[in-house]
Amino acid sequence: MLIGRVIGNVVATKKNLKLDGEKLLLVQPLELSGASKGTPIIAIDRMGAGPKERVLYTQDGRTAQQILGRGVSGVDAAILGVIDEIDFSNG
Amino acid sequence: MQLGIVCGTLVASRKDERLEGINLLVIQPITPDGASVGKTLIATDAMGAGPGERVFWVKSKEAANPFEPVEVPTDATIVGIVDLVNVEA
Repeated sequence: MLIGRVIGNVVATKKNLKLDGEKLLLVQPLELSGASKGTPIIAIDRMGAGPKERVLYTQDGRTAQQILGRGVSGVDAAILGVIDEIDFSNG
Repeated sequence: MQLGIVCGTLVASRKDERLEGINLLVIQPITPDGASVGKTLIATDAMGAGPGERVFWVKSKEAANPFEPVEVPTDATIVGIVDLVNVEA
């Protein structure tokens, strides 16, 4: 699982049928330090995440399909949770 | 999924039979504000996208899923045509 920040959303009328009704959020991948890393991706959201919130997400297809719950489907990224806090030390 | 813009088409008369009848499109990955990022790639198209359209696609094993029950040998498939990108942060 990865952490990221919601920076917006994508609207697409024409999309794969199994994505019908799904909220598609733009997620900027983050390092633990909070720095941006790489290009924003599109993830489905069942957690009600909003702009600027930090989220826990997956870029594993199997995991994303479990979240979607519509069997075999063309989805490879999903938000798993909204982050309250991350505590970590280098020890 | 990732954002991209369709910038071309590819024709291959001789190909795996499971790819028959499926359009192959050239995609340039883009950032939400439309800037090109990374290398272009070839993707199968499950949505009827055309050149100049902004799309999003799935990669890896899941790329075959939109074509089930046929197991199409593809590692990138367009699954949506973008109407609008809202960047709010």
